Order: sequence, then structure tokens, then C-alpha cells
Amino acid sequence: MAITPPSERIWWKEPIAKIELSWIIIAFTWGLIMFFMMIYWHGAGEQNLSNEAYKIKPERFAEHTQEMIDAYTVRNESGFPVVHPPAGDDIYLTGRLYNWWPILELEKDQTYRLHLSSTDVQHGFSLQPVNINVQVHPGYDLVFTIKPDRAGEYGIVCNEFCGIGHHLMVGKIYVVE
Amino acid sequence: MSNNTEFRTCPTTGLKVDLAAEKLIKVNAVAAVVFLAIGGLFGLLVALTRWPEVHLLPADFFYLALTAHGLDVLLVWIIFFEMAVLYFASAVLLGSRLAAPKFAWAGFVLMLVGAVITNIVVLQGKSSVMFTSYVPLKAEPGFYLGIILFAVGALIGCFVFFATLVVARQERTYQGSIPLVTFGAMTAAIIAVFTIASGAIILIPTLLWSLGYVANIDPILYKTIWWAMGHSSQQINVAAHVSIWYAIAAMTFGAKPLSEKVSRMAFLMYILFLQIASAHHMLVEPGFSSEWKIFNTSYAMYLAVLGSMVHGMTVPGSIEAAQRSRGLNKGMFEWLRKAPWGNPAFAGMFMSLVFFGFIGGISGVVMGTEQINLIMHNTLYVPGHFHGTVVAGTTLAFMAITYYLVPLIFRRELMFMKLAKLQPYVFGIGVAGISVFMMGAGTLGVSRRHWDMQFADAVLPFDYPSAAFLMMGLNGMSAVLAAVGGIMFVVVVVGSVFFGRKLEKDEKPSYPEVPPQSAAVAQHGSAESLKIPGTTMLVAIFFIAFVLYYFVNWKYLSEIWPLS
Ligand code: HEM
Ligand SMILES: [Cu+2]
Ligand SMILES: [Cu+2]
Repeated sequence: MAITPPSERIWWKEPIAKIELSWIIIAFTWGLIMFFMMIYWHGAGEQNLSNEAYKIKPERFAEHTQEMIDAYTVRNESGFPVVHPPAGDDIYLTGRLYNWWPILELEKDQTYRLHLSSTDVQHGFSLQPVNINVQVHPGYDLVFTIKPDRAGEYGIVCNEFCGIGHHLMVGKIYVVE
Repeated sequence: MSNNTEFRTCPTTGLKVDLAAEKLIKVNAVAAVVFLAIGGLFGLLVALTRWPEVHLLPADFFYLALTAHGLDVLLVWIIFFEMAVLYFASAVLLGSRLAAPKFAWAGFVLMLVGAVITNIVVLQGKSSVMFTSYVPLKAEPGFYLGIILFAVGALIGCFVFFATLVVARQERTYQGSIPLVTFGAMTAAIIAVFTIASGAIILIPTLLWSLGYVANIDPILYKTIWWAMGHSSQQINVAAHVSIWYAIAAMTFGAKPLSEKVSRMAFLMYILFLQIASAHHMLVEPGFSSEWKIFNTSYAMYLAVLGSMVHGMTVPGSIEAAQRSRGLNKGMFEWLRKAPWGNPAFAGMFMSLVFFGFIGGISGVVMGTEQINLIMHNTLYVPGHFHGTVVAGTTLAFMAITYYLVPLIFRRELMFMKLAKLQPYVFGIGVAGISVFMMGAGTLGVSRRHWDMQFADAVLPFDYPSAAFLMMGLNGMSAVLAAVGGIMFVVVVVGSVFFGRKLEKDEKPSYPEVPPQSAAVAQHGSAESLKIPGTTMLVAIFFIAFVLYYFVNWKYLSEIWPLS
């Protein structure tokens, strides 16, 4: 029994049943398939994080964001600047207690280099309803290229607990034709 | 020491029990159940708040309750119970005296003091930082101090366990190799040492930072080391509850492992492929390369997963073999149909096995895939997944073995047998519900750790799809069911331990029955005559579900915005 010492003293010489061995082989092969699937997707798939990231002082990141806002604001909405940067540009989104700053307006099927960072604690960038979720850290500038492929209005929820106003932290991205 | 150790002989199992070890098992188990009750209550409050139609607590108290829930159940309940498991698997199963019971008591007191300190600090309201306490969110120093004391106490418990293994070997209390269950507990204890070391490396500086002696802690560094503790501690839970599966299979059916070698190798996998730095928690964080992520999630993780998949076959397989050898040979599933479903220890154990595999296991591997994590990270999918592992898996298994501990270690007749028979089903189905519905809500994007999914007070409006609200309603109802199951458990156990009829010396309790002799089973579980078609079928169904669900999620991923 499993609660008593093995009845055969030399248990490591017992034969392994065929069925057990087959399952080990199948399960191991499946592990390999899952391993190669991730690598395969880096070549064939369109959804991969580039893992480009830089250390940055929070104030510096806020300045970058502000420069973009100063250059490309097209209107205001509920106190948020709505920024329409040129296609292909570097764009900045700051997570801070408790909003995503500013509102971005992007063009459909264009690519942008999105920079994400926080100026205080960690936040969670959760773009809805597409459901893209990325962790946002203070002091790190995470960069990846996005290509919005459907026009519409998107919400950005904060999905990392960041304080008592966590549930108030909603941002917005517009994708226009 | 050894000459003033007192033993008794268990009339049901014939095991020789050191009374000092028995007492320590009792106090650790009682402390565990107390914190399960407290933490479970917080869980119910949290779930009722997340049920949009109920929305019970105000925001500040919700975040407080969520912090307390995570700490009390994940840390305190589980680790206290694991201490009881370690003492049981060493002293009792080996028929040995417990090494250094005084140290074990010191460890227990430290754990208790630590748990109480952290609870008080959390209840004071200035430390609602969640149990992960990601910097730069800052809790009061007492929050970290309590956790550190608790961890030191647990570390002492691990060393008492190792020392007991040594004592038993030196005093030749058993023949040959240690039992499989003890071996499994040993892997848990080895991983625990690594875990607690990681915890110390990160929590001590964080305590100093909270006190003002350290200026700054890098959030990525914190998270990487924190999860070296947080993830490997889950591997402790798995090793512990798998050991309990084997123990219950043995104590209920006299089941023998199909092959000692395979089962022990599978446990060893947990140590060897303990996922390095717990990369699957860092898949969408800045600062790591894809090579690092893929290597650490798959090379390291899939081999640990392989270990679990092996246990997933060998545990039911050993039960099937034992049942068949006793003549339950008709068709594929007579052995399972005629299993003792009215025995709460078996019912809980078997549901733990099935839910852990189908709900917790599959979702964990899928979510831990580098790219797929993008569509799940920090959504409710995550708590959905781990209520499948740590509640439907670990907690249910711990509850199941408690039904054997009460008569055999506490020496009390189990009370409210009717309630006890139902309990695993009520709790199990409730927990399966919360797991599945939180996963559903997460697939629809709903954030975890979030007070208001309607965003009523946010400046910019946003609406989740209505299906998400339905999921959270169903989640709330399942939570009530799970809570009822939890209360049933506490009533049965606390009632029996304090008011159950005391068993006379050498009296056999009416429950559990004496396990059938292992001699009824062939020499080793997998002797050629024993075929296990039922288990093979179960494993095939599991595998197909796994493969389909895995690829469905790649399909979901392929539908989001292209990003690189
Ligand atoms: C009556 C039983 C339980 C219910 C109804 C319940 C319900 C919940 C709910 C609704 C959440 C919140 C999800 C969120 O908003 O992010 C949660 C979080 C959590 N639960 Fe449970 N739970 C129960 C038992 C347990 C047990 C027994 C454990 C551990 C063994 C556990 C571990 C956790 C952990 C670690 C979290 C995460 C806390 C955090 O995000 O900081 N739960 N639970
Ligand atoms: Cu936030
Ligand atoms: Cu937040």
C-alpha cells in the first residue's frame, strides 16, 4: 500500500505496466507539442509580445506622454485630451491613480508603437472587448506594436489592484476608419 | 528522548502512534480549520460583492476582505494543514517518535502568532494590498512581519519532518524504503524549503522598506522573487494533496501504486522541474525575453505537469486494480460505480482528483502558454483557474482526509454522518461552479480584484457584455453553495472533535472501516492480470478535453489585434 513501505524491497526493478508507459510517452509528446507551439507562433502567429522594454524615470515617461498630447490633441472629452497621432508613430499611454492618460484615437489597419508605463504603482492594461491584457510597471517602458483591425470604441480597464479607486480607472481608445 | 516517548497502537490500522506527534497533528489541524472558516467567510463576502445584483460590501471593505481571504485560506489554512500532514506522514506512517517535539511546538506557536499579527494588521484597514503585496503598494510593517514569522514557523516544521525521517531510519522503525505517501510528503517539504528561502529573500527587504530603512524595491525584481515563493508553494500543495490521494486510496481500498517507480519518479519531477523563477506569472511583464519565458514555462513546467498527469492515471488506476482484484470486474466501470460514494473521504478524494485535472490543471497549462496569457492575464480567469487547483484540488483533498483523521487521530466518533456524506458533493459542486464561472467571466474580459464591474462612478463609461453579468450571478450562487459546504465541514469536524463520543482505548471507531488487506491485491499493483480499462478511458477523455481546449484558446488568441 502507499502508506506502508513497498512490499518488494527492490521496487525499482519492478516492471512498468504497458499502459502506464504508453501514457507517459503520450503525455511527454504532448508537452513537446505545446513547447513547439509557442515557438511556431512566434513565426506564424500575429499575436506576440516583442519584449522590448526600457528602464525609464516616471517623470520622463510623463513628459513623453505630454509631448504627444501637446502635438496631436484633436478634442477634449470629459476632461481627457483625445489624441490622434500620425499612423506609424510612437504613442504613449500612462497608467496612473486612477486613469489611463490620454484617450488615443487610432486609425484602422495602421501600426503604432505603443509605449506603456505607470507613474505610481502597478496597473493592468486590459483592453476590452478585444481582451488584451498587459502588466504595467512604474519605471519600465514596455513597447509593442499594435495594429487595430476593427473600428470602434474600446475601453481600457485597470486589472491590477492599484488602490481604493482601482475600479474607477477606465480609459478609452477609439479606432477610426 | 526516545525512552520517554509514549506510543499507542491504532486499533483500525495497526499503526504505532507517538502521542507527542498525535498532539501536534491535532493542534495544527484545528488551527487550520479555524482559519479556513475565517478565510472562507471572507471569500463568501467577496463573492457576494462581486455578484452585481447583491454587491454586498463597500469598496474599502471589499479590498480588505479580499486581502484577508487570500492570506487566510491560501497561506494559513493550507500550511497549517500541511504541517499536520508532514507529522502524520513521518512519525505516524513510519511508526516512529517525532524528532524534537519541542521545536515542532515552537514552530506552531510562531505560525500562530504570525497569522494572528497579519490578520489584525489587515483588519485595521491600512494593509489592503492583496496577499501578493506588489510593490510599490505598501502595507504596514506588521503585515510582512506576520508572514515572515509564519514562514519561519513552517520552516521549523519542515526540519522536524526531516529529522523524524532520520530518526526513524536510525531506529529502524520500518523495513526497506519509506512509503510512497511519506515520499510525496518529503518532496513537498523539500520544495517548501526552497519556497520559504525565496520568501525570506524578498519579504525581509520589503519589511525594511515598509519601515523606511530601504529606499526602493524594484517592482519586477519583487514580482520575480515573490513568485518563486508563490508558485513553488503551489507545487507543495500539489505534492501534498497527491500524497493524500494515494493515502486515501490505500486506506479505503488497500490500493497499491501500480508501480512504485513511476509514482516516485512523478513526485521527483516536482522537485527537478520546479518552474524556474515561476515564469508563467511574468509572461506579460516588461523586461523578459521570449526565450526565457518559453524555456521556463515549458521545459520546466511541462515536465512537472507530466508528473501530475502520471499521478492522474496511477491513482485511479490503483483503485481500479484493487477493486477488480476483489471481483468488481464487470464492464468498464463497475469498479467505479460500486465505489463507496457514501464515504466522504473517498467521495472528496475522487472529486478532488477529477476537478484538479479537468478544471485546474487544463486551465493552468493553457493560461501558462506564453502568448495565450495575453488574453487571460489578471482577468477573473486566473482566480477561476486556481480555485480549481487549490480549492477543488487541495482543499477538498484535505477535507477528505480529515474525515479519517477525526476518528483515527482525534479518537472521536464522527458525528452527523448524514451531513458528512453530503458535504463533499455540496462543497465540490459549489467550488467547481465558482471556478468555471470565474473562468467564463475572465474569458469575457472581466477583471479580477475589482469592486465594480459596472464602473458606475468612473469618469469614462465602459460596459462588459451582459453574458459577463450572468457569469458573475452564477458565480455568486455557486459561492453560496460552496460556503454551505464549507460550513457543513466545519460543523461536522468541530462538532466531532469537541463533542463526538470519545473512543475507549483500543476501541475501533464505526467509521472508517478497516482497510482491506493489501495482500488481497497482487504483489505489485500492475501485475499482468490486472487490466485497467476504466482508468484508460477516463484518461483518454481527459486528454481529448485538454487538446481541444488548448487549441480553442489559440483560436481565440488569433482573433485579437495583431501585435508584436
Ligand atoms: C467558500 C469558498 C470560497 C469562495 C466563495 C471563494 C471566492 C472567491 C472570490 C469570489 C474571489 C475573488 C476574485 C477576485 O475578485 O479577484 C476569491 C479570491 C481568492 N481565493 Fe477564494 N473562495 C473560496 C475559497 C477559497 C479557498 C479555500 C482558497 C485557498 C485554498 C481560496 C483562495 C483564493 C485566493 C488566493 C484568491 C485571490 C485573492 C487575490 O486576488 O488577492 N479561496 N475567492
Ligand atoms: Cu490601476
Ligand atoms: Cu487598478
